[in-house]
Amino acid sequence: MKKTLFDKVWDAHVVDTVPNGPQILYIDKHLIHEVTSPQAFSELRQRNIPLFRKDQVVATADHNVPTLNQHLPITDALSKKQVEMLSKNCEEFGVELYGLGHPYQGIVHVMAPELGVTQPGMTMVCGDSHTSTHGAFGTIAFGIGTSQVAQVFASQCLLLQKPKSMRITVNGDLAPGVLPKDVILYIIAQLGTNSGTGYFVEYAGDVFENMSMEGRMTVCNMSIEMGARGGMIAPDQTTFDYVKGREFAPQDEAFDKKVAYWKTLPTDEGAEFDQEYQFDAADIAPMITFGTNPGMGIKITENVPTTEDASFEKSLRYMGFERGESLLGKPVNYIFIGSCTNARIEDFRVAASFIKGKQKADNVTALIVPGSQQVAKQIEAEGLKTVFEEAGFQLRQAGCSACLGMNEDKIPAGEYCVSTSNRNFEGRQGQGARTLLASPLVAAITAVEGKITDVATALNA
Amino acid sequence: MEKFTKLTSRAIPMPIKDIDTDQIIPARFLKATDKAGFGENLFRDWRFHKDGNPNTDFVLNSETYTGKILVAGDNFGCGSSREHAAWALEDYGFRVIISSFFADIFKGNALNNGLLPIQVSEATLEAILNKISENPETELVVDLEKQELSLDAIGLKESFEINEYKKMCLLNGYDDIDFLLSKKEAIEIFEKQRTN
Ligand code: SF4
Repeated sequence: MKKTLFDKVWDAHVVDTVPNGPQILYIDKHLIHEVTSPQAFSELRQRNIPLFRKDQVVATADHNVPTLNQHLPITDALSKKQVEMLSKNCEEFGVELYGLGHPYQGIVHVMAPELGVTQPGMTMVCGDSHTSTHGAFGTIAFGIGTSQVAQVFASQCLLLQKPKSMRITVNGDLAPGVLPKDVILYIIAQLGTNSGTGYFVEYAGDVFENMSMEGRMTVCNMSIEMGARGGMIAPDQTTFDYVKGREFAPQDEAFDKKVAYWKTLPTDEGAEFDQEYQFDAADIAPMITFGTNPGMGIKITENVPTTEDASFEKSLRYMGFERGESLLGKPVNYIFIGSCTNARIEDFRVAASFIKGKQKADNVTALIVPGSQQVAKQIEAEGLKTVFEEAGFQLRQAGCSACLGMNEDKIPAGEYCVSTSNRNFEGRQGQGARTLLASPLVAAITAVEGKITDVATALNA
Repeated sequence: MEKFTKLTSRAIPMPIKDIDTDQIIPARFLKATDKAGFGENLFRDWRFHKDGNPNTDFVLNSETYTGKILVAGDNFGCGSSREHAAWALEDYGFRVIISSFFADIFKGNALNNGLLPIQVSEATLEAILNKISENPETELVVDLEKQELSLDAIGLKESFEINEYKKMCLLNGYDDIDFLLSKKEAIEIFEKQRTN
């Protein structure tokens, strides 16, 4: 039978099938962080059971960490307790922790790929919906709830129904200034926020084949924003080159053997999907969101739609926008370049190449937050730090930062923030904050101009 | 996990689409390291003004509506995987959520916490919402054994879907860990036999 990439990886991990029920899926790698793991560790204690495969668990602290003065104790008492609890739990159960201060610490979906923990053909989970990021490697990776974190702790397995399959193909060439973030924002705007529910998506076509691993991660990261549990891209030479030589990647002969297997993973010619969509790269332009879910996106040069609907209305009221108006020229006082969507070295290179030699506008507070300690090091090594600092941007330390309004970095109520993160929900970046999702290039341009600006105009200026 | 068999209750209408888990429980309340007490901050930023006073326009603060059933708009529970959302709803006192569509992760989290998500058609959802706003004292009956949702006042009797295994878990108050632990041997054999 002809199989999809997803089928091949899934089928290789099925331990057993419950008659008329779910399947038992084996999980290769389990990533954990401070927010969604404490109750799962408690579960083990309450039942008096051990952690089944501690070597397959990797931990880091990211959501709740400050991005300034990480060498000092955390000032917020509850955050401090949660981060300390992670250290205690990892110690008690023997889990490898890349905590605050460790050179490998970072947002879980940035640090695991860069260490080579993420590899093609694996199954990976984390108590975090953006685990879909790792699908960029041809990995089945998805977010789980805390009860499931406890299940994986206890058995290295999950009980799951096999999802349906969807393929999204984008062929053609992207115009200059159109980044992977625009591709995924465009797809979600076209399909809607629940189009993917119940599906696992495969992204195919030359646009993804020509993308770097960083770009592929940006795309797969946001699969959850259309409701899909995960997204995948077939592993190819770009993938193998990225994985090769990384800390936890197989080495030498073992690596070659793996590559031979990974090469068998791409979807067979003629394999069937439950749902297929096709888009043309030429139709995609730099995007921005105007509402309070990631599906409410438009091309920067387009006007806000004129939909008549109570939920749409509520959303526009929150954002302070009118039906049918253009966003161009709207003043913006905050920009945030960071998060597991866009805090990899390539994202900062794109931003820096625009910013170089320019200054941020006076009204703007510009936050640059690397996704990991390693990215931070590279920013410095490549001289980007100087570029950002000379332009008046604040370069912070690694963490989730202003992506979620949980740690100290928040956007004040009522303020607009052009953000490279993945969610523009009400209050996501702080109570009352208004988020506009966009690419790192759009964020950089906004910072320099102090208002929403067309990318083509800015690049040609 | 608490057992679920049959529930007769009034319901609370919330006809808003795409209610994400950041609204159900905002991130700043995720710092707790145990499961208790999240109900206090359920829908925090819709329920309370910034100064801490209750927002009297919000349905959970209205004296008209009460009950253990929440009837919500399409695509309920989208966004973050935080199970805290299910804990908050359950802790507040809900046992059933009715919507025309649920996000995947939320649905799983709810079922793992004895909270029953019932998916109905758009038309049924509208009929239920209309009836409860017309008469807030209307009671709905949820019978898990029969997989049946009824609202006698409008002659509604509909069956709903639930995975057979999950139904068994809810009816008995079992959870997945118990089941997986019973499969240890098969899991160890799988580990030994795999080649890739
Ligand atoms: S960066 Fe944002 S979306 Fe990503 S893991 Fe952290 S909080 Fe979640």
